[in-house]
Amino acid sequence: MADPLRAAVAIAGVGDAGIGEAPPGSRPLDLIGTATVAALADAGLTTRDVDGLFTASAYYGMPNLNVGEYLGIRPRFSDSTNLGGASFLSHVGHAAAAITAGLCEVALIVYGSTQRSDGGRLKSVAEAFPDEQLYAPRYPITQYALAAARHMHEFGTTREQLAEVAVAARAWARLNPDAFARDELSIDDVLGSRMLCDPLTVRDCCLVTDGAGAVVVTSTERARTLRRPPAVVLGFGEAHWHRNISQMADLTVTAATDSGARAFAMAGLGPADVDVLQLYDAFTINPILFLEDLGFCAKGEGGPFVAGGRIAPGGALPVNTNGGGLSYCHPGMYGIFTLIEATRQLRGEAGDRQVPDAQVALAHGNGAVLSAQSTVLLAADAAA
Amino acid sequence: MTHRPPQEQAATARAMGHVAYQHCETCGARAAFLRVLCPVCGSTDLTVHHSAGRGVVYSTTTLRTREGARDVSLIDLDEGVRVMGTVAGVPPEDVAIGLPVQGALDPEGGDEPRVIFTVERDG
Repeated sequence: MADPLRAAVAIAGVGDAGIGEAPPGSRPLDLIGTATVAALADAGLTTRDVDGLFTASAYYGMPNLNVGEYLGIRPRFSDSTNLGGASFLSHVGHAAAAITAGLCEVALIVYGSTQRSDGGRLKSVAEAFPDEQLYAPRYPITQYALAAARHMHEFGTTREQLAEVAVAARAWARLNPDAFARDELSIDDVLGSRMLCDPLTVRDCCLVTDGAGAVVVTSTERARTLRRPPAVVLGFGEAHWHRNISQMADLTVTAATDSGARAFAMAGLGPADVDVLQLYDAFTINPILFLEDLGFCAKGEGGPFVAGGRIAPGGALPVNTNGGGLSYCHPGMYGIFTLIEATRQLRGEAGDRQVPDAQVALAHGNGAVLSAQSTVLLAADAAA
Repeated sequence: MTHRPPQEQAATARAMGHVAYQHCETCGARAAFLRVLCPVCGSTDLTVHHSAGRGVVYSTTTLRTREGARDVSLIDLDEGVRVMGTVAGVPPEDVAIGLPVQGALDPEGGDEPRVIFTVERDG
């Protein structure tokens, strides 16, 4: 029997603001406001229509209150689930449940940060774990470096294969006028750039930018009456297994194995059905892990899988077509941008980077230190 | 058993150069992150023990900062628990996965005692 949440809701509008460097003096709330206006205009709605509010933040301890006040939205359903960068994909699932239960009708999912303007320091709500803090890991790169090193040890993954991920992202970004980093980048450039935390160089790491994104979710039925073609939510799944890297049982296997399986089961789809993927690429090891854990290749084969430009423009499997966190933008938490790019691809409005006839898209978010994983499967209405 | 807060028990062990771990008397699961319950079965029938400090490097990285390069590793202790640590006495780039190590009190730990690891030459 089909899951009652399958295709129950759709993304009806998307918007962004301040990608890269925001106008000087902007606060995160200003970018959130601008992205919200853009997403609601995209849908043909206004703030008066929004009755469900979903956000997460490293700036505001009670972000729904700040965002609701600023936008003038008085939600009847409010959710500030914070799973780090994965939050906003989880919000889609939570919004689907709330809308289906009649607790709200139009959900706004929004995030914004001025991390770059603030001086490039990662604004983080991460608390110190005394057992680890004694060894002063640099959060979060050390934790991802440990995962990359273990993957290389167990499966023979190479630094060149890690670099392929960054080079593919950059090649996509060069097709996206809104991407922050658009200079040419080669595998040798990545290998030769400054080593920060072995095996990760500065080019294996995501950008530090400003930016905000907003996504409007409503029932698929209502979305069909709105301005833009709906991106129908066919399935979603979330999972988290640990907070601290020393508590992650196997550094080569993430909870995406669960979140992805849940999303595919709800959708009644498998990896072969997916035309385009947006995978949260905080570091180059991430897409390799997620391609494995989501079932696009076997465990351990992610390195060879991404080699030879397979996930780059012109490759067999388009991944991170906006340029990803590595080259498009990364304002502290990136997850919402996976949803925005997936929607743009399904609508066929992605310009030079458009994947021909993209009907099914997978968006995947990652939070904290490979801790939280959330997967959303979207489809154009005709494929839903 | 005593019912001192978990972090106090961990700190007591650290001051002796030991890693504390909990053993679940109900299901046998072990964890080096001391808690008030077993993370596997939820039992509160726990005993706290000190590891002998022998283990192998599970993963390792060299963190390069303005102050220099230093090792951050995850160590799988023989008792079946994993902890973060640092391997001293060799250049950080030489620390490799699978290397046998022995933990002891950091002689330069100052007022915050911690366990650091050195390579066991003859395994």
